[in-house]
Amino acid sequence: MYRTDMYEGMLAETVTVTGHNGDAIGAYFARPLGEGPFPGVVLIHHLPGWDEFYRETTRRFAHHGYAAISPNLYHREGHGTPEDVAAMVRADGGVPDEQVVGDVVASARVLRGLPTSNGKVGLIGTCSGGRHTVLVASRSTEFDAAVDCWGGRVVMPEDELTEKLPVAPIDYTADLAAPLLGLFGADDQSPSPEQVAQHEEALREHGKEYEFHMYEGAGHGFFYWNRPAYRIDQAMDGWDKVWDFFGRHLSS
Amino acid sequence: MCTMIAEIARIEGSGKGARGWIPIDRANVTYDHPFQLAVEHSLNIDFVNAAEGPDSRIAVELHPSSARALVRAIEEALARGVAQTGEV
Repeated sequence: MYRTDMYEGMLAETVTVTGHNGDAIGAYFARPLGEGPFPGVVLIHHLPGWDEFYRETTRRFAHHGYAAISPNLYHREGHGTPEDVAAMVRADGGVPDEQVVGDVVASARVLRGLPTSNGKVGLIGTCSGGRHTVLVASRSTEFDAAVDCWGGRVVMPEDELTEKLPVAPIDYTADLAAPLLGLFGADDQSPSPEQVAQHEEALREHGKEYEFHMYEGAGHGFFYWNRPAYRIDQAMDGWDKVWDFFGRHLSS
Repeated sequence: MCTMIAEIARIEGSGKGARGWIPIDRANVTYDHPFQLAVEHSLNIDFVNAAEGPDSRIAVELHPSSARALVRAIEEALARGVAQTGEV
Protein backbone atom coordinates (compact mmCIF):
# COMPACT_ATOMS: atom_id res chain seq x y z
CA MET A 1 0.00 0.00 0.00
CA TYR A 2 1.47 3.32 -1.07
CA ARG A 3 1.82 6.04 1.56
CA THR A 4 2.43 9.71 0.86
CA ASP A 5 5.72 9.67 2.76
CA MET A 6 7.19 6.83 0.69
CA TYR A 7 9.83 7.19 -1.98
CA GLU A 8 8.67 5.95 -5.37
CA GLY A 9 10.44 5.65 -8.68
CA MET A 10 10.44 3.33 -11.64
CA LEU A 11 12.33 2.59 -14.81
CA ALA A 12 10.24 1.74 -17.86
CA GLU A 13 11.70 0.95 -21.25
CA THR A 14 11.63 -1.39 -24.21
CA VAL A 15 14.16 -4.21 -24.02
CA THR A 16 15.05 -7.28 -26.05
CA VAL A 17 14.34 -10.77 -24.74
CA THR A 18 15.56 -14.03 -26.21
CA GLY A 19 12.22 -15.70 -26.77
CA HIS A 20 10.96 -18.95 -28.21
CA ASN A 21 13.38 -20.74 -30.51
CA GLY A 22 16.12 -18.27 -29.58
CA ASP A 23 14.40 -15.42 -31.43
CA ALA A 24 15.05 -11.86 -30.25
CA ILE A 25 11.74 -10.16 -29.46
CA GLY A 26 10.84 -6.80 -28.00
CA ALA A 27 9.37 -6.43 -24.53
CA TYR A 28 8.18 -3.54 -22.41
CA PHE A 29 9.80 -3.68 -19.01
CA ALA A 30 8.90 -1.58 -15.98
CA ARG A 31 10.41 -2.08 -12.55
CA PRO A 32 10.42 -0.18 -9.29
CA LEU A 33 13.66 1.53 -8.36
CA GLY A 34 15.23 0.30 -5.16
CA GLU A 35 16.85 -2.81 -3.80
CA GLY A 36 13.71 -4.89 -3.52
CA PRO A 37 13.16 -7.71 -3.23
CA PHE A 38 10.33 -7.42 -5.76
CA PRO A 39 8.06 -10.11 -7.15
CA GLY A 40 7.68 -10.28 -10.92
CA VAL A 41 4.70 -10.34 -13.26
CA VAL A 42 4.56 -11.18 -16.97
CA LEU A 43 1.72 -9.44 -18.81
CA ILE A 44 0.36 -11.24 -21.88
CA HIS A 45 -1.13 -8.70 -24.26
CA HIS A 46 -4.49 -9.15 -25.95
CA LEU A 47 -5.10 -9.77 -29.64
CA PRO A 48 -5.64 -6.05 -30.31
CA GLY A 49 -1.90 -5.96 -29.88
CA TRP A 50 1.06 -4.83 -27.84
CA ASP A 51 -0.61 -1.51 -27.32
CA GLU A 52 -0.78 1.48 -25.02
CA PHE A 53 -3.11 -0.30 -22.60
CA TYR A 54 -0.44 -2.92 -22.00
CA ARG A 55 2.35 -0.38 -21.60
CA GLU A 56 0.24 1.54 -19.13
CA THR A 57 -0.73 -1.60 -17.23
CA THR A 58 2.89 -2.76 -17.12
CA ARG A 59 3.82 0.54 -15.47
CA ARG A 60 0.88 0.12 -13.13
CA PHE A 61 2.34 -3.12 -11.86
CA ALA A 62 5.67 -1.40 -11.27
CA HIS A 63 3.83 1.29 -9.30
CA HIS A 64 2.40 -1.50 -7.16
CA GLY A 65 5.85 -2.93 -6.45
CA TYR A 66 6.28 -5.57 -9.15
CA ALA A 67 8.99 -5.95 -11.76
CA ALA A 68 6.74 -6.26 -14.79
CA ILE A 69 7.40 -7.26 -18.37
CA SER A 70 5.14 -7.50 -21.39
CA PRO A 71 6.69 -9.33 -24.36
CA ASN A 72 5.65 -8.37 -27.89
CA LEU A 73 4.12 -11.65 -29.03
CA TYR A 74 3.77 -10.23 -32.56
CA HIS A 75 7.40 -9.16 -32.93
CA ARG A 76 8.05 -11.68 -35.69
CA GLU A 77 5.14 -10.35 -37.78
CA GLY A 78 6.81 -7.02 -38.52
CA HIS A 79 6.53 -3.51 -37.18
CA GLY A 80 4.08 -0.65 -37.51
CA THR A 81 1.35 0.74 -35.31
CA PRO A 82 0.07 -1.86 -32.80
CA GLU A 83 -3.27 -1.87 -34.65
CA ASP A 84 -1.74 -2.54 -38.06
CA VAL A 85 0.43 -5.36 -36.73
CA ALA A 86 -2.49 -6.84 -34.79
CA ALA A 87 -4.73 -6.67 -37.87
CA MET A 88 -2.19 -8.75 -39.75
CA VAL A 89 -2.09 -11.32 -36.96
CA ARG A 90 -5.89 -11.33 -36.76
CA ALA A 91 -6.14 -12.21 -40.44
CA ASP A 92 -3.53 -14.94 -40.07
CA GLY A 93 -5.34 -16.76 -37.26
CA GLY A 94 -3.20 -15.58 -34.36
CA VAL A 95 0.27 -16.72 -33.36
CA PRO A 96 1.21 -20.33 -32.51
CA ASP A 97 0.50 -21.44 -28.95
CA GLU A 98 3.88 -23.12 -28.64
CA GLN A 99 5.61 -19.86 -29.58
CA VAL A 100 3.61 -17.91 -27.00
CA VAL A 101 4.58 -20.38 -24.28
CA GLY A 102 8.25 -19.99 -25.22
CA ASP A 103 8.13 -16.19 -25.28
CA VAL A 104 6.29 -15.89 -21.96
CA VAL A 105 8.49 -18.41 -20.14
CA ALA A 106 11.60 -16.61 -21.44
CA SER A 107 10.20 -13.34 -20.07
CA ALA A 108 9.58 -14.94 -16.68
CA ARG A 109 13.18 -16.10 -16.55
CA VAL A 110 14.36 -12.53 -17.18
CA LEU A 111 12.37 -11.42 -14.12
CA ARG A 112 13.55 -14.27 -11.94
CA GLY A 113 17.15 -13.52 -12.91
CA LEU A 114 17.01 -9.94 -11.66
CA PRO A 115 19.15 -9.27 -8.58
CA THR A 116 16.11 -7.58 -7.06
CA SER A 117 13.81 -10.59 -7.59
CA ASN A 118 12.14 -12.26 -4.62
CA GLY A 119 12.02 -15.46 -6.66
CA LYS A 120 8.26 -15.31 -7.35
CA VAL A 121 6.72 -14.63 -10.76
CA GLY A 122 3.08 -14.40 -11.74
CA LEU A 123 1.35 -13.87 -15.05
CA ILE A 124 -1.77 -12.09 -16.20
CA GLY A 125 -3.50 -11.63 -19.53
CA THR A 126 -6.74 -10.34 -20.99
CA CYS A 127 -8.83 -11.54 -23.92
CA SER A 128 -6.59 -13.84 -26.00
CA GLY A 129 -3.96 -13.13 -23.34
CA GLY A 130 -6.30 -14.65 -20.77
CA ARG A 131 -6.43 -17.81 -22.82
CA HIS A 132 -2.64 -17.71 -23.14
CA THR A 133 -2.37 -17.30 -19.36
CA VAL A 134 -4.24 -20.54 -18.78
CA LEU A 135 -2.19 -22.23 -21.48
CA VAL A 136 1.21 -21.08 -20.20
CA ALA A 137 0.40 -21.81 -16.55
CA SER A 138 -0.43 -25.35 -17.66
CA ARG A 139 2.55 -25.92 -19.96
CA SER A 140 5.19 -24.47 -17.63
CA THR A 141 6.09 -24.70 -13.94
CA GLU A 142 7.73 -21.25 -13.94
CA PHE A 143 4.81 -19.40 -12.38
CA ASP A 144 3.56 -18.95 -8.85
CA ALA A 145 0.16 -17.42 -9.67
CA ALA A 146 -1.90 -16.74 -12.80
CA VAL A 147 -4.76 -14.35 -13.59
CA ASP A 148 -7.06 -15.04 -16.53
CA CYS A 149 -9.15 -12.01 -17.46
CA TRP A 150 -12.03 -13.10 -19.72
CA GLY A 151 -9.89 -15.37 -21.85
CA GLY A 152 -12.03 -16.68 -24.69
CA ARG A 153 -11.51 -20.08 -26.29
CA VAL A 154 -10.08 -21.80 -23.23
CA VAL A 155 -12.89 -24.16 -24.12
CA MET A 156 -12.72 -24.93 -27.85
CA PRO A 157 -14.84 -27.25 -29.93
CA GLU A 158 -12.93 -29.60 -32.19
CA ASP A 159 -13.67 -27.57 -35.33
CA GLU A 160 -11.96 -24.46 -33.89
CA LEU A 161 -8.62 -26.20 -33.37
CA THR A 162 -5.96 -25.17 -35.88
CA GLU A 163 -2.32 -25.89 -36.57
CA LYS A 164 -1.40 -22.82 -34.50
CA LEU A 165 -3.91 -23.59 -31.73
CA PRO A 166 -3.89 -27.39 -31.72
CA VAL A 167 -5.17 -28.06 -28.19
CA ALA A 168 -7.88 -26.37 -26.13
CA PRO A 169 -6.25 -25.03 -22.93
CA ILE A 170 -8.95 -26.71 -20.82
CA ASP A 171 -7.53 -30.04 -21.96
CA TYR A 172 -4.30 -29.21 -20.12
CA THR A 173 -6.09 -28.64 -16.80
CA ALA A 174 -4.43 -31.67 -15.16
CA ASP A 175 -1.07 -29.93 -15.70
CA LEU A 176 -2.05 -26.49 -14.37
CA ALA A 177 0.88 -25.61 -12.13
CA ALA A 178 -0.17 -22.32 -10.51
CA PRO A 179 -3.12 -21.01 -8.48
CA LEU A 180 -5.57 -19.40 -10.92
CA LEU A 181 -7.73 -16.31 -10.52
CA GLY A 182 -10.40 -15.82 -13.18
CA LEU A 183 -12.37 -12.61 -13.81
CA PHE A 184 -15.33 -12.79 -16.19
CA GLY A 185 -18.37 -10.83 -17.32
CA ALA A 186 -21.80 -12.44 -17.19
CA ASP A 187 -22.76 -10.79 -20.50
CA ASP A 188 -19.65 -12.03 -22.33
CA GLN A 189 -20.04 -14.32 -25.34
CA SER A 190 -16.42 -15.45 -25.43
CA PRO A 191 -16.03 -16.90 -22.90
CA SER A 192 -19.71 -17.49 -22.23
CA PRO A 193 -20.80 -18.16 -18.63
CA GLU A 194 -21.42 -21.76 -19.71
CA GLN A 195 -17.82 -22.11 -20.91
CA VAL A 196 -16.53 -20.56 -17.67
CA ALA A 197 -18.62 -23.07 -15.72
CA GLN A 198 -17.17 -25.89 -17.82
CA HIS A 199 -13.65 -24.69 -17.08
CA GLU A 200 -14.46 -24.38 -13.39
CA GLU A 201 -15.76 -27.94 -13.35
CA ALA A 202 -12.51 -29.19 -14.89
CA LEU A 203 -10.46 -27.30 -12.28
CA ARG A 204 -12.58 -28.77 -9.49
CA GLU A 205 -12.32 -32.23 -10.95
CA HIS A 206 -8.53 -32.05 -10.99
CA GLY A 207 -8.31 -30.52 -7.51
CA LYS A 208 -6.73 -27.29 -8.67
CA GLU A 209 -6.45 -24.13 -6.57
CA TYR A 210 -8.57 -21.45 -8.23
CA GLU A 211 -11.06 -18.68 -7.65
CA PHE A 212 -13.44 -17.44 -10.32
CA HIS A 213 -15.52 -14.27 -10.18
CA MET A 214 -18.39 -13.67 -12.57
CA TYR A 215 -19.48 -10.01 -12.73
CA GLU A 216 -23.08 -9.16 -13.46
CA GLY A 217 -23.59 -6.17 -15.73
CA ALA A 218 -20.24 -6.66 -17.45
CA GLY A 219 -19.28 -8.19 -20.76
CA HIS A 220 -15.97 -8.71 -22.50
CA GLY A 221 -13.08 -6.39 -21.64
CA PHE A 222 -14.57 -4.48 -18.72
CA PHE A 223 -11.13 -3.18 -17.64
CA TYR A 224 -10.63 -1.28 -20.92
CA TRP A 225 -11.23 2.35 -19.97
CA ASN A 226 -11.15 3.44 -23.63
CA ARG A 227 -13.92 1.09 -24.79
CA PRO A 228 -17.69 1.12 -24.21
CA ALA A 229 -17.28 -2.23 -22.43
CA TYR A 230 -15.65 -0.46 -19.47
CA ARG A 231 -17.54 -0.98 -16.19
CA ILE A 232 -16.15 1.10 -13.38
CA ASP A 233 -17.48 -0.82 -10.36
CA GLN A 234 -16.63 -4.23 -11.77
CA ALA A 235 -13.19 -3.06 -12.94
CA MET A 236 -12.30 -1.52 -9.59
CA ASP A 237 -13.37 -4.66 -7.75
CA GLY A 238 -11.52 -6.81 -10.27
CA TRP A 239 -8.29 -4.87 -9.76
CA ASP A 240 -8.68 -5.24 -5.99
CA LYS A 241 -8.93 -8.98 -6.48
CA VAL A 242 -5.81 -9.00 -8.70
CA TRP A 243 -3.74 -7.11 -6.08
CA ASP A 244 -5.02 -9.34 -3.29
CA PHE A 245 -4.36 -12.54 -5.26
CA PHE A 246 -0.85 -11.59 -6.34
CA GLY A 247 -0.16 -10.17 -2.87
CA ARG A 248 -0.94 -13.53 -1.30
CA HIS A 249 0.86 -15.71 -3.81
CA LEU A 250 3.86 -13.64 -4.87
CA SER A 251 5.06 -12.16 -1.59
CA SER A 252 8.40 -13.34 -0.23
CA MET B 1 -9.80 -11.15 -30.64
CA CYS B 2 -11.43 -14.18 -29.64
CA THR B 3 -13.43 -15.43 -32.58
CA MET B 4 -10.47 -15.88 -34.98
CA ILE B 5 -12.99 -15.84 -37.84
CA ALA B 6 -11.03 -14.76 -40.92
CA GLU B 7 -11.61 -15.09 -44.65
CA ILE B 8 -8.96 -14.04 -47.15
CA ALA B 9 -9.84 -12.83 -50.66
CA ARG B 10 -7.04 -12.62 -53.21
CA ILE B 11 -7.78 -9.46 -55.13
CA GLU B 12 -6.23 -7.05 -57.58
CA GLY B 13 -6.81 -3.34 -57.13
CA SER B 14 -5.66 -0.09 -55.58
CA GLY B 15 -6.46 1.47 -52.25
CA LYS B 16 -5.82 4.89 -50.79
CA GLY B 17 -4.62 5.15 -47.20
CA ALA B 18 -2.21 7.15 -45.07
CA ARG B 19 0.59 6.49 -47.59
CA GLY B 20 -1.47 7.51 -50.61
CA TRP B 21 -2.44 5.00 -53.28
CA ILE B 22 -1.01 1.52 -52.96
CA PRO B 23 -1.58 -1.66 -54.97
CA ILE B 24 -3.61 -4.12 -52.91
CA ASP B 25 -3.57 -7.87 -53.30
CA ARG B 26 -5.61 -9.15 -50.36
CA ALA B 27 -8.82 -8.34 -48.57
CA ASN B 28 -8.67 -9.75 -45.05
CA VAL B 29 -12.26 -10.12 -43.88
CA THR B 30 -12.71 -10.85 -40.19
CA TYR B 31 -15.59 -11.02 -37.74
CA ASP B 32 -13.97 -10.12 -34.49
CA HIS B 33 -13.33 -7.30 -32.00
CA PRO B 34 -12.87 -3.95 -33.73
CA PHE B 35 -10.16 -1.47 -32.79
CA GLN B 36 -12.35 1.62 -32.96
CA LEU B 37 -16.04 0.89 -33.57
CA ALA B 38 -17.99 0.89 -30.30
CA VAL B 39 -19.28 -2.70 -30.45
CA GLU B 40 -17.89 -5.99 -29.16
CA HIS B 41 -17.67 -7.63 -32.60
CA SER B 42 -17.75 -6.18 -36.09
CA LEU B 43 -17.21 -7.15 -39.69
CA ASN B 44 -13.74 -5.86 -40.49
CA ILE B 45 -12.17 -5.52 -43.91
CA ASP B 46 -8.47 -4.80 -44.28
CA PHE B 47 -7.36 -4.13 -47.83
CA VAL B 48 -3.65 -4.85 -47.74
CA ASN B 49 -0.52 -5.28 -49.75
CA ALA B 50 0.85 -8.33 -48.01
CA ALA B 51 4.42 -7.80 -49.16
CA GLU B 52 4.63 -4.19 -48.03
CA GLY B 53 4.28 -4.71 -44.29
CA PRO B 54 1.69 -4.01 -41.60
CA ASP B 55 1.11 -0.33 -42.43
CA SER B 56 0.04 -1.08 -46.00
CA ARG B 57 -3.56 -1.39 -44.84
CA ILE B 58 -6.82 0.37 -45.62
CA ALA B 59 -9.24 -0.62 -42.87
CA VAL B 60 -12.97 -0.46 -42.28
CA GLU B 61 -14.97 -1.77 -39.32
CA LEU B 62 -18.70 -2.27 -39.95
CA HIS B 63 -21.78 -3.18 -37.99
CA PRO B 64 -22.91 -6.59 -39.30
CA SER B 65 -26.07 -5.03 -40.80
CA SER B 66 -23.92 -2.45 -42.57
CA ALA B 67 -21.69 -5.18 -43.93
CA ARG B 68 -24.75 -6.91 -45.41
CA ALA B 69 -25.86 -3.61 -46.95
CA LEU B 70 -22.38 -3.23 -48.46
CA VAL B 71 -22.52 -6.76 -49.92
CA ARG B 72 -25.89 -6.00 -51.52
CA ALA B 73 -24.62 -2.69 -52.94
CA ILE B 74 -21.53 -4.34 -54.42
CA GLU B 75 -23.56 -7.13 -55.98
CA GLU B 76 -26.09 -4.66 -57.42
CA ALA B 77 -23.43 -2.33 -58.85
CA LEU B 78 -21.57 -5.30 -60.33
CA ALA B 79 -24.71 -6.70 -61.92
CA ARG B 80 -25.64 -3.36 -63.48
CA GLY B 81 -22.09 -2.72 -64.63
CA VAL B 82 -21.75 -6.10 -66.27
CA ALA B 83 -25.15 -5.70 -67.95
CA GLN B 84 -24.26 -2.25 -69.26
CA THR B 85 -20.68 -2.87 -70.40
CA GLY B 86 -20.58 -6.56 -71.08
CA GLU B 87 -17.39 -6.84 -68.99
CA VAL B 88 -17.00 -9.67 -66.50
